[in-house]
Amino acid sequence: MKRIVIIGAGTGGTMMAQHLGKELDRKEWSLSIVDERKEHYYQPGFLFLPFDQYKPEDIVKPISEFIPKGVDFVNIKFEKIMPDDRQVILANGNTLIYDILIIATGSEIAPEETEGMGGSEWGKSVFTFYTFEGAKALRDKLKTWPGGKMVVHITEMPIKCPVAPLEFAFQADSFFKDKGMRDKVDITYVTPLSGAFTKPKATATLEYLLKEKNITIESDFAIESVDNEHKTINDYGGKAVPFDILVTVPTNKGSMLIERSGLGDELNFIPTDKTTLQSKKYPDIFVIGDATNVPTSKAGSVVHFEAEILTENILSYIKGQKMEGEFDGHANCFIETGGGKALLIDFNYDHEPVTGTFPIAGVGPLRLLKESRFNHWGKLAFKWVYWNMLLKARPIPFVSARMNVAGKNYN
Amino acid sequence: MDKMIAGKTISVTEEGFMTDFTQWDKTIADAIAAENSITLTSRHWEVLDYIQTEYKNEVPLSIRKIGKSGVVDIKEFYQLFPMAPLKTATKIAGIPKKVSCI
Repeated sequence: MKRIVIIGAGTGGTMMAQHLGKELDRKEWSLSIVDERKEHYYQPGFLFLPFDQYKPEDIVKPISEFIPKGVDFVNIKFEKIMPDDRQVILANGNTLIYDILIIATGSEIAPEETEGMGGSEWGKSVFTFYTFEGAKALRDKLKTWPGGKMVVHITEMPIKCPVAPLEFAFQADSFFKDKGMRDKVDITYVTPLSGAFTKPKATATLEYLLKEKNITIESDFAIESVDNEHKTINDYGGKAVPFDILVTVPTNKGSMLIERSGLGDELNFIPTDKTTLQSKKYPDIFVIGDATNVPTSKAGSVVHFEAEILTENILSYIKGQKMEGEFDGHANCFIETGGGKALLIDFNYDHEPVTGTFPIAGVGPLRLLKESRFNHWGKLAFKWVYWNMLLKARPIPFVSARMNVAGKNYN
Repeated sequence: MDKMIAGKTISVTEEGFMTDFTQWDKTIADAIAAENSITLTSRHWEVLDYIQTEYKNEVPLSIRKIGKSGVVDIKEFYQLFPMAPLKTATKIAGIPKKVSCI
């Protein structure tokens, strides 16, 4: 009996367990998935939690609910990967021997990378919505906050879901308007990038929206430290931005397991072939989702597209055939813009987000890079799609793993 | 688009990033630096050499990586190339604007 081990039962690991559970010849292959946690979070919900639009119970379910029958769920912490011995060491001292390893350990926040970030103001006036606990703490703070300077901040790229901090700023604008206190709140968006986003056409649209919503943008800001005493963030170039509430996205890093196992780059992301999703160093290791270093967004939609292609490639690898699945970097993201509207962007390694129609060229019903209510409903419906289709690896109608250039205005 | 830099016709983007590294030489670096109010010293050149080497090896650059390179720390990197150091330094080094920004 040969063995595939998946480490990490988040979005990517769960999808791979679903796909391979269906596709593998189970007389020949056993399949295990390892994760110490018991809860699976719907992470896009972290954006709605601070504004009390979703309740905590809407966005958490047991991991075990999504692990298919016949797949062994090993609910123990992983300690180390020994790639030369094809072993995963668990915290209880047991080892799992694999023929193929799939790493799906995601990314984590690392506030300790920035001086002062985890300091005395953490949880008092310095918050992050990148964790379940952090999003809840921010919700509690915003309930009674009288107003002042809110700074929405990205520490450094890459981060999980690069549009999320912008969405947070847009949603905050709406939230304070609804509470009748927008005039008491000053919102500043601070980014290490040279503009609102990483791609030119989307940046132009998003900067227009920031301006329309009276959100100041402070770009090219490389943070050196958080000054807890004076409540400022300071950058290496000598700039300082004062805050009453800092909503920061700390440095994102791959799992510490990757560092312990010596498999990562300087941020613990794993050097991965961007088309096949095979480890660049070990042919029997494959990597999916945020854990890779491939140059596309770290986002659930990306993982969904990667999972289809990675399944194809692993099946070829098992048969000793050439891996023909080529991941194109496809990402598809709703961007909440507040006031019950949203934008949608669809892009890949080669094509930046532009205007157009999606998923059916010329028809829609969704509009790319344009605000609409329909897009917002799409974003809300996505929670159901996530729990009921995505995690169960059911195909989404009309949305293919490879990006479709039809219906998009590139000129 | 084309731009005259140090008496040569150089292909650049609208933002002023060179698109063809083979057109680059040290006089062009001096000219682009001057446009950004920088006079290149030997310290600047150590950083530019490092950046060009990493580019040739197809290593994606970031401020963090340069800070950990042992060539320069982030503080000094900002002193050498004020405001947006990575952008300014890559522009002077003749390297196309990084595209792997995600």
